[in-house]
Amino acid sequence: MAKQYETVIGLEVHVELATKTKIFCGCSTAFGGDPNTHTCPVCTGMPGSLPVLNKQVLEYAVAVGLATNCTITQYCKFDRKNYFYPDNPQNYQISQLYLPICRNGKVEIETEKGKKFVGIHEIHMEEDAGKLIHDEWDDVSLVDYNRSGVPLIEIVSEPDMRSAEEVIAYLEKLRMTIQYLGASDCKLQEGSMRADVNLSIREVGAKEFGTRTEMKNLNSFKAIARAIEGETERQIDLLESGEKVVQETRRWDDNKGESYAMRSKEDAQDYRYFPDPDLVPIVLDDAFLDEIRAKQPEFREEKMARYKEEFDIPEYDIEIITGSKHMADIFEATVALGSQPKKVSNWLMVETLRLLKEKNMDSEDIRFSPENLAKLIGLTDTKAINSSVAKEVFEVMFEQDIDPEKYVEEKGLKTVNDEGALRKTVEEVIANNPQSVEDYRNGKEKAIGFLVGQTMKAMKGKADPGMVNQLLKELL
Amino acid sequence: MSILDMTAVELAAAIRNKEVTVMEATEAVLAQIEKSESKYHCYVTVDKEGALKQAAEVQGKIDAGELTGPLAGVPVAIKDNMCTEGLLTTCSSKILYNFIPTFSSEAVLNLQKAGAVILGKTNMDEFAMGSTTETSAYGETRNPWNPEHVPGGSSGGSAAAVAANECFYALGSDTGGSIRQPASFCGVVGLKPTYGTVSRYGLIAYGSSLDQIGPLCKDVTDCATIMEVIASHDTKDSTSVERNDTDFTSALVDDVKGMRIGIPRDYFGEGLDSEVKDAVLKAAQVLKDKGAIVEEFDLSLVEYAIPTYYTIAAAEASSNLERFDGIKYGYRTEEYEGLHNMYKKSRSEGFGAEVKRRIMLGSFVLSSGYYDAYYLKALRVKALIKKAFDEAFAKYDVILGPVAPTTAPKLGESLSDPIKMYLGDIYTISINLAGLPGLSIPCGVDTKGLPIGLQLIGDCFNEKKLIQTAYAYEKARGVFGRKGDK
Amino acid sequence: MANIISDETIDYVGILAKLELSDEEKEQAKKDMGSMLDYIDKLGELDTEGVEPMSHVFPVKNVFREDIVTNGDIREEILKNAPGEKDGMFVVPRTFE
Repeated sequence: MAKQYETVIGLEVHVELATKTKIFCGCSTAFGGDPNTHTCPVCTGMPGSLPVLNKQVLEYAVAVGLATNCTITQYCKFDRKNYFYPDNPQNYQISQLYLPICRNGKVEIETEKGKKFVGIHEIHMEEDAGKLIHDEWDDVSLVDYNRSGVPLIEIVSEPDMRSAEEVIAYLEKLRMTIQYLGASDCKLQEGSMRADVNLSIREVGAKEFGTRTEMKNLNSFKAIARAIEGETERQIDLLESGEKVVQETRRWDDNKGESYAMRSKEDAQDYRYFPDPDLVPIVLDDAFLDEIRAKQPEFREEKMARYKEEFDIPEYDIEIITGSKHMADIFEATVALGSQPKKVSNWLMVETLRLLKEKNMDSEDIRFSPENLAKLIGLTDTKAINSSVAKEVFEVMFEQDIDPEKYVEEKGLKTVNDEGALRKTVEEVIANNPQSVEDYRNGKEKAIGFLVGQTMKAMKGKADPGMVNQLLKELL
Repeated sequence: MSILDMTAVELAAAIRNKEVTVMEATEAVLAQIEKSESKYHCYVTVDKEGALKQAAEVQGKIDAGELTGPLAGVPVAIKDNMCTEGLLTTCSSKILYNFIPTFSSEAVLNLQKAGAVILGKTNMDEFAMGSTTETSAYGETRNPWNPEHVPGGSSGGSAAAVAANECFYALGSDTGGSIRQPASFCGVVGLKPTYGTVSRYGLIAYGSSLDQIGPLCKDVTDCATIMEVIASHDTKDSTSVERNDTDFTSALVDDVKGMRIGIPRDYFGEGLDSEVKDAVLKAAQVLKDKGAIVEEFDLSLVEYAIPTYYTIAAAEASSNLERFDGIKYGYRTEEYEGLHNMYKKSRSEGFGAEVKRRIMLGSFVLSSGYYDAYYLKALRVKALIKKAFDEAFAKYDVILGPVAPTTAPKLGESLSDPIKMYLGDIYTISINLAGLPGLSIPCGVDTKGLPIGLQLIGDCFNEKKLIQTAYAYEKARGVFGRKGDK
Repeated sequence: MANIISDETIDYVGILAKLELSDEEKEQAKKDMGSMLDYIDKLGELDTEGVEPMSHVFPVKNVFREDIVTNGDIREEILKNAPGEKDGMFVVPRTFE
């Protein structure tokens, strides 16, 4: 009988924190600046420059640690990780090895097989590297240090996962937790959340772990799933053919669906960590931890339970809305402004999701304000605009967050409730469409739809379709 | 008195009293540089034009009443490992042969705020690694007391410039004795403050946990005055300490009655030149005669300071000097094949032998398998050394001893045997390990005509006790023959 | 000499430190490092059992900055000293294979 194998997976997840400034200097972390316009002597490794820790980085790291049930290291330090590479201006990265900020945490995940805990070995704070761009013209590389010094936390899990499904569930859980904390937007595609996969294979029932490899360059959940599958197969093939798995770092090429070793004789992987003498120890007292604990938000599970209690909306809607902290915030704020929960949920579930999908956007990218959504719902509630106008207005609002009341006013989109004017239009439509009138009178109920449409068109959409219908029936 | 013979404080007073203009002082010192620089080579860069421009500006501010401080208008020299905006800063290394900083060190900014006129950048051992100023890529500096001899190091250019009247005072940096030892060899006063007292922002790091900036000057009054100006709490330097006791000139009191002075027996053993020993013990007697309580004691661990220091300093240096890679600034080799070859060639051609020696050692002691045995062990011994000083300072206000085992050696005698050279740091190095302040003041001349230095060591934050003791000693000693082309 | 430094060790440290030594320099480096390590081995005479390694000599702690943007665009200054510059970036030998 063929041997049965088990995949053992641990993750190293890097998350870019949502601070305004870099971890050790006052440069902006904003995306999209021209190369090297968000740099200073500190984050470009100029001689004589020195780092000073951004307090917000520490607060976010502790918040994530508490939310993932970690023990917070109340005496912690930064260490230097020494290696030469051009994206790393000092040729050492300031990170934490000996005394990381958080240790021994766990999070609960749920898959089809049920619930389980994934252990968190540690979370440490560190600085991000710059970006290298290849210049084809001169066949050189170019370095942009705008990202150099952007704060990261690295969340190192225990090797507790056994399948791609569990890995995705774990990542989703981390993402949701961190987004709820506001500590990061956690976008895999944009690199604000990055995962390295440590994977090994062993026979089912074996106690020892096999030799593991580390896979990098995984920038979507799909790529992660495929890489796990590919690496599992590769390692099983090696073992089956009597070869050994080599402990190494491999780069996943998602287009080719295969990984290759990142080996270099100039890369000794001996980082000579030692405590950074330019930075002083961080000593956290209980009061500080209590303060951060008090600021912890309502997390998704709690929120879902509350929504079920408070709002009469479908469970599916609750799942979608709470699936994004940003969307849940908009939902709650709009309801707080007096809109009916069901209606708010509808706008989010139908039109918002449609537009997000159409524009290939993330829930985190929603820009319209709860105030404007509430106003729009108000306009439909009072029948000041009809539903098709409302959808039109929503699209504009989705793009530019306009004030729907002003917009409707300016564009003259209000429903015409002047019966005299409407009656006149209906009479014209009846006069101009004898065939349809005839059909209707001959019992073709559907013909009235055409006449309603013609009337709406003549009114430029600004009529209440119910009223049009009623008038037509009356006049026919 | 001629301008050049004035101390910094005397010159500032003369400028305030309109007896001398800033321009006259600057021109006088520039003329002296012109005259004697070919003999001593104190500077890597002399910024004549800049100095004259600053002189005019500073005079304007003094006249307008904007600058009234005790150093306003006094020309100063800066060690070439402190960044100076727009002015070449090389660390006496080829690897920074063309580096023009875009900002100035905090200590330099503090001087400028006080009305200093910056003359230029002084020569040093490359990246402050050395005790003779012979490892400079731009040629050695010579001792103004006898140009056949070294000025000491690594702040040799600064010490020699003060001694040769090529400036009125200078800034140096001290990682293992680099202010005190050249001060001793050149017969000037030097102070290494308590770690964290002067901001390290803009100081190009050698051993970050040991480096401190301090003054080299003509007397103790200048020393206290300069310290008041350069000491500051800097939010850009995480290791900068907030102190509210930096009124150092208040300690310029000629009184050592009851001052408890300890003389470590371990500082007077084998290897100490007998002339140096006699001069230092004579100085102790002077203080005793003035009412100090002087006694001998055993400090212990002295011989362990050097290996501890070289492990820690080399480890930190190996990391601090990684940024010199030919990408962002400085020297890049002409021809290379690929990235790693570019790194290796640029660094191998850009760094001198002593720097490479320490980088190699530092990389080794931090490497996998050796970290605990070497680096952590050294940090543990450092804790023991600190404890030994804590115990000593429970009994004494000041520890008194020699600065160096000998007076300045001849040029070319030291570099051949690194360990022998490192042994010369034995009395200065443990002070850096323990973060303590240490002051060097001339206490005699040997039969070769070379100055001998007396070292006073205090507990952390106790610079004032050193200044007071040194001031009282200086009063008794009288003016020390400053040697230059006068 | 108790510490014998091999060619492999010197080459390995050369890779870590990004230094390329000539044969002559290598021989000298082997000798120097060996004698320095012999000297450092002296620390082994001391019993440091239970002694905490000391990085900072006095208890400075918790030095932070507020999360406020203080730096503007100084790209020109940052690139001023670069041996190679193109399109506002530092030029390095190609890093992609």
